[in-house]
Amino acid sequence: MSAVMTVGPAVSSVVSAFNVDSLTHNFWALTIDGLTYGSIYALVAVGYTLVYGVLRLINFAHSEIFMLGMFGQYATLMLLGFTPRGDVYTEGTLLTIVYLGIAMLGGMAVSGGAAVGLERVAYRPLRKRGAPSLVFLITAIGASFILQEFVHFVLPKLTNQKLGGVNAQQPIRLVEPTVQFTFLGADVTNVEIVIVVAAILLAVATERFITLTKFGRGIRAVAQDPVTATLMGVSRERVIMLTFLIGGLLAGAAALLYTLRVPSGIIYSGGFILGIKAFSAAVLGGIGNLRGALLGGLLLGVMELYGQALFGTEWRDVVAFVLLILVLMFRPTGILGESLGRARA
Amino acid sequence: MPLLELKDLTVAYDRIEAVRGISLTVDDGELVTLIGANGAGKTTTMRAISGIRPVARGSVWFDGRDITRMKAHERVSAGIVQAPEGRGVFPGMTVVENLEMGSYARTFKTKSEHDATVERVFDLFPRLLERRTQVGGTLSGGEQQMLAIGRALMARPRLLLLDEPSMGLAPLVIQQIFRIITEINKEGTTILLVEQNAQQALSRSDRAYILETGEVTTSGRGKDLLADPAVKQAYLGVA
Repeated sequence: MSAVMTVGPAVSSVVSAFNVDSLTHNFWALTIDGLTYGSIYALVAVGYTLVYGVLRLINFAHSEIFMLGMFGQYATLMLLGFTPRGDVYTEGTLLTIVYLGIAMLGGMAVSGGAAVGLERVAYRPLRKRGAPSLVFLITAIGASFILQEFVHFVLPKLTNQKLGGVNAQQPIRLVEPTVQFTFLGADVTNVEIVIVVAAILLAVATERFITLTKFGRGIRAVAQDPVTATLMGVSRERVIMLTFLIGGLLAGAAALLYTLRVPSGIIYSGGFILGIKAFSAAVLGGIGNLRGALLGGLLLGVMELYGQALFGTEWRDVVAFVLLILVLMFRPTGILGESLGRARA
Repeated sequence: MPLLELKDLTVAYDRIEAVRGISLTVDDGELVTLIGANGAGKTTTMRAISGIRPVARGSVWFDGRDITRMKAHERVSAGIVQAPEGRGVFPGMTVVENLEMGSYARTFKTKSEHDATVERVFDLFPRLLERRTQVGGTLSGGEQQMLAIGRALMARPRLLLLDEPSMGLAPLVIQQIFRIITEINKEGTTILLVEQNAQQALSRSDRAYILETGEVTTSGRGKDLLADPAVKQAYLGVA
């Protein structure tokens, strides 16, 4: 990086080492694909940010909640009679949407249930004992490993080797990505449209819920001042459960969307990197801030693809985390953090 | 039967007892004040009544029921509502949203019942109406205090707990707050008030208790305590 700073004849050769052409020529294609990934990061990031808002806890096991969602939607498709095979099912547009909707609900149910279960089993007992925050953090990391290893070793035994294990699931594909229209020279596929539209709908619904409903107000109250919230008659325990549920449901929905984009990504370790990126997105936007999580997700998704074009595919993850470090150096609270009058969650 | 009764209440932080075996009663319709110096245990007592601080020994009775083990958020539905020390206004919520939080535990039967409750708060505090769309964090201290009291009224409390409503406010605003407290009480809401501003509090209370290092040392009618030479010297700054 430091070489970039040197002025003079060296510059041109250094710049040519970066694939600037790849970035400029594919700028819109990269942007669209970046927004697709970013939508998924954004949905997962909401889970981190809401839980942080009410508990000041980074729930590192949230990446595994997402991973369970991928298996949840996969299992739902199997229950619907689909089997993994090489080619793509052709069920017609309407039926495909129905099946995908059911699969999404399956993923949401598994992730939502797992998130609430995790809260009950792992975090609530610690809260009752007044454990220090470091203990919560270690527990979160431990829970993350347990859930991964559950899918790695136990799930295959429970499902007659149909689910889980060391390898990724054979894809069940309902949608063949086909170009629907061209935007500024960039192809936009049906898969990308579905992902971005679904993510926007879910994000708007979540934001409305938090802003306008009584339960949403309860969540914000606990995030801003838990003791006073209790004095208003808010049950903190219920609010905590609700935030884990919302985060889980969104992670489950994101899991289905992700498998549309990356059909071969359903594996026990498949939540890890994506989870860390979603967490980074939440921090980038300002942890504890719902809109920040959404913004951070989209931004991270787009920037990492620009970076990938510029530096090469193998640098994609690095770009995401360097971006995080840079933002935190100059704005430790994240982009929207604390700037809305401490308007958390 | 008193509306609120504390029986030999002890509250401790770790091993340090902040409140040591106090007993007091508040009758239906009364305005009762707890006065005392910093660290006398006033706020701790309020927290124990609201249930956000566990009780070590003794009991809290409300409306003839032992509520010592009742969860804090359930006490709000039972009718005990507190405007806490430091006001506890939600900084990121608007004035209206803060008020709505006050009625979180209450279900309004009709929309008009809800609207009437909000209107009554705006009648008492016209300032809040002017500021209705402003977020809590940007209000002045006096406005925040008005919001804290107004928000508590949204729950239609049977017992209103006010913890140092005059703290950090200008004398004129203090006058105004106390006038409204008296008015709320006259309209039938029972109030337990914690104050350092003994002059104002005693002159407006039916009865008062004086707390010193976690124990009740004196109690009586507000006016009698106001005339008591020992009280005068300790709390009214009169030699």
